[in-house]
Amino acid sequence: MEWETVIGLEIHTQLATKSKIFSAAATAYGAEPNTQACAVDLGLPGVLPVLNEEAVNMAIKFGLGIEAEIAPVSVFARKNYFYPDLPKGYQISQMDLPIVGKGHVDIEVDGTTKRINVTRAHLEEDAGKSLHEDFHGLTGIDLNRAGTPLLEIVSEPDMRSPKEAIAYARSIHNLVKWLGISDGNMEEGSFRCDVNVSVRPKGQAEFGTRREIKNLNSFRFMQQAIDFEVDWQIEQIESGRQIQQATVLFNPNTGETRAMRSKEEANDYRYFPDPDLLPVLIDEALKAKIKADLPELPTAKKQRFINQYQLDNDAATILTSSRFLADYYENVVTESGCEAKLSANWIVGDLLGALNKAGLEISQSPIEASRLAGLLKRIADNTISGKIAKQIFDTLWESAQTADEVIDAQGLRQITDTGAIAAIIDEIIAANQKQVEQYRGGNEKVFGFFVGQVMKAMQGKANPAEVNKLLKDKLQ
Amino acid sequence: MHTKTITELAKSLRAKEFSSVELTHAYLDRIKQYSELNSFITVTEEQALTAANAADKALSLGNAPLLTGIPIAQKDIFCTYGVKTSCGSKMLDNFIAPYNATVVEKFNQAGAVMLGKLNMDEFAMGSSNETSFYGAVQNPWDINTVAGGSSGGSAAAVAARLAVAVTGTDTGGSIRQPAALCGITGLKPTYGRVSRYGMIAYASSLDQGGPMARNAEDAALLLQAMAGFDPKDSTSVDAPVPDYQESLTNSLAGLKIGLPKQFFSADLNPEIAKTLQAAIAEYQRLGAEVKEISMPMLEYAIPAYYVIASAECSANLSRYDGVRFGYRCDNPQDLTDLYTRSRGEAFGAEVKRRILMGTYALSAGYYDAYYLKAQKVRKLISDDFKRAFSEVDVIMGPVSPSTAFGIGEKIADPIEMYLADIYTIAINLAGLPALSIPAGFVNAMPVGLQIIGNYFDEARLLNVAHQYQQETDWHKQTPKGFE
Repeated sequence: MEWETVIGLEIHTQLATKSKIFSAAATAYGAEPNTQACAVDLGLPGVLPVLNEEAVNMAIKFGLGIEAEIAPVSVFARKNYFYPDLPKGYQISQMDLPIVGKGHVDIEVDGTTKRINVTRAHLEEDAGKSLHEDFHGLTGIDLNRAGTPLLEIVSEPDMRSPKEAIAYARSIHNLVKWLGISDGNMEEGSFRCDVNVSVRPKGQAEFGTRREIKNLNSFRFMQQAIDFEVDWQIEQIESGRQIQQATVLFNPNTGETRAMRSKEEANDYRYFPDPDLLPVLIDEALKAKIKADLPELPTAKKQRFINQYQLDNDAATILTSSRFLADYYENVVTESGCEAKLSANWIVGDLLGALNKAGLEISQSPIEASRLAGLLKRIADNTISGKIAKQIFDTLWESAQTADEVIDAQGLRQITDTGAIAAIIDEIIAANQKQVEQYRGGNEKVFGFFVGQVMKAMQGKANPAEVNKLLKDKLQ
Repeated sequence: MHTKTITELAKSLRAKEFSSVELTHAYLDRIKQYSELNSFITVTEEQALTAANAADKALSLGNAPLLTGIPIAQKDIFCTYGVKTSCGSKMLDNFIAPYNATVVEKFNQAGAVMLGKLNMDEFAMGSSNETSFYGAVQNPWDINTVAGGSSGGSAAAVAARLAVAVTGTDTGGSIRQPAALCGITGLKPTYGRVSRYGMIAYASSLDQGGPMARNAEDAALLLQAMAGFDPKDSTSVDAPVPDYQESLTNSLAGLKIGLPKQFFSADLNPEIAKTLQAAIAEYQRLGAEVKEISMPMLEYAIPAYYVIASAECSANLSRYDGVRFGYRCDNPQDLTDLYTRSRGEAFGAEVKRRILMGTYALSAGYYDAYYLKAQKVRKLISDDFKRAFSEVDVIMGPVSPSTAFGIGEKIADPIEMYLADIYTIAINLAGLPALSIPAGFVNAMPVGLQIIGNYFDEARLLNVAHQYQQETDWHKQTPKGFE
């Protein structure tokens, strides 16, 4: 039987506010345990939450970024459950009236664009952390993270393959960083995905029973976890067993998923509106103000790159995969004098290749946009050949010099003086009579030998077009 | 010294008749002398004398705020830095608050001297002060009767002259009912008028702190210090605070008083009804007009209140889990054992009852039938009041269906106890301000008159109360043995 996979995602992204969502304590990552938890975060008797306006603005930004409805009235609710790292015994979240309503993102998989619908996105506070190691059978509680603002983004079950799920997750990841509302740091837990997976016979209208893989913090793990889960579910059904709704955890060491708790043990969270907080009212004026400050979004920018710079779809997709990269690209284009395609080729090919090899992000690139532009400018004005340029690129990577400084210091300026080139060609022809005869006898492949010899003699600095032209003349 | 009101004490302190230290000593002595009343959980003698010393210095420099050197006390629900804040519970018997409630902070800034922390029903859940981990409070008018609750310690302390004025909190009548039963003046302000920051939550959408004092003039002085917007409390309201002293002397000619027929039905004790009618007649003599009104939704107030308050408390009290502060059971075997025994051993029966009721009301499948329905009733009750205040300026009625009942008389029957708040609860659901003033005696026990005002109309309530107190001396009576 042919099976179809159905996937929906719940993504928790930490918002990049300076202070927590309901208190003034700092949100910075990595501090000594419990040094960034104030009376409110500790849930001391008598304390009250006060909503951080910045978190609301960031949620609105996200909503506008996925063309979603922004709720004019949204309400915080208490989600009740006991856990040692949940200080109040309830989490302040949103239930019936989330701040962001229906929206969508368009993803591209294997050259096809697909719209993934977002059901909702809501604000909530993060819990603290339970530390099970180093306490000799006891558990330590670190409440630094308690109260960190989260935006939980819930998708429709619109994805039909792990590829689509990852493309969607990457697209949301790109967007939250693009908008500056999250650092998106997955290792530090700033971007965590819960993946709902089910399978059904192809053509069946009803969904199968889903299992939820909790807390995936890398795209690679997401791929592995979904692959394993899909195979497991199909195997279960094919051997006559039924899938039970459950929450599962992925173990990166074994590559397997394992049930954490079944539906029967699920909590009744007893949500009700938090009486300590007023409804959040968002008017058109605030929405308009935030919209006006919104940067050009990835999809729009990609389309513009294609139209304005005549880039192909692949290059435009790559160059808009992060806002930093897109800005880098446009800076190079501007500073190099509108060499749009050349810039794209160099960035997508050489620069990203080198960065990837070195394990660096574009934001950590040793070559700044202005220095790369300086190099490309010299290719465009024929000062250097493409081949010499690659050599200079390596020097730029390792030093702080500009392309012009390298060209001058190493005497790499291209020779376009036809007299000088002609003189060398004459010498080469004289010294290689055998090959001359072969060429004249009709073996055109030998032409490449002559080009190579001339270039070698001129240390690669000869203008290739001139060399070709003169050689052809003289060999006839 | 202990017979004087705040206004009189402020004058005496400035005239150097006695110092704040002397005054504080006098009160501390009385607190010791009458400790059997059990009105205080903690007496902060040392801190009080330090504060009194500072107050005397400030007074000698002149220009000190009016409450400088005035000995007050705080209900033990307000967090006080470095001082045990128990909320009347075994759960917080070991809790030393690491911060000050906004109300406490405001009294400190006003120069008041805190004598200690006052007894109360556990987590403010009770109408007799009998649910307190620290035991019942005796009513100074008859030590075999309750002082009311939940601010029973507060009311008894003022009635017995163990503090000139105190704070209370009122979720369903917890300021007004003990004030009535102990013959003092107590004001529950509009919801949002006084900051709840640092005031330990029972039912967040209903809780409101307010003053309890000898008379309306003193209550006005206290409210002046307590009221105002607090950025730390999202539900506090950013509205200007009027000068409550200024309007005390306004004439009551033409004042429109509404009397809900539901308040004066056959259920009301006829002796109390007679006492209240006399008080209302006094108001008519002062130029007020009386009008009967109808508030049909009032009868649903008690069930709606117990759903909403219990639901909120079931979440508010989840933080007491034995993990970070408060009571922790001995030798927990695992997490579930830690939770169940810590909470099981440290919460009293009434608190457990309300947590259970609230948890039930919020459970899947019951939420719509209980919580949502109760919220609808709440809205209808507010609408009743809205209609009423389009016709009248204030509403008057009883505070409590009876005078102080015997200690132990109702504690075994929760429903009977809940009915003690039948006249006060609707006001909390609507979020309105209301006060209780002494209006006479039945069988030598005080009777309170409740005056309800429109939102943020505290100045008028205090004015209406003060004018009555210019004509009557019920509020000046002192219980025998406490003169």
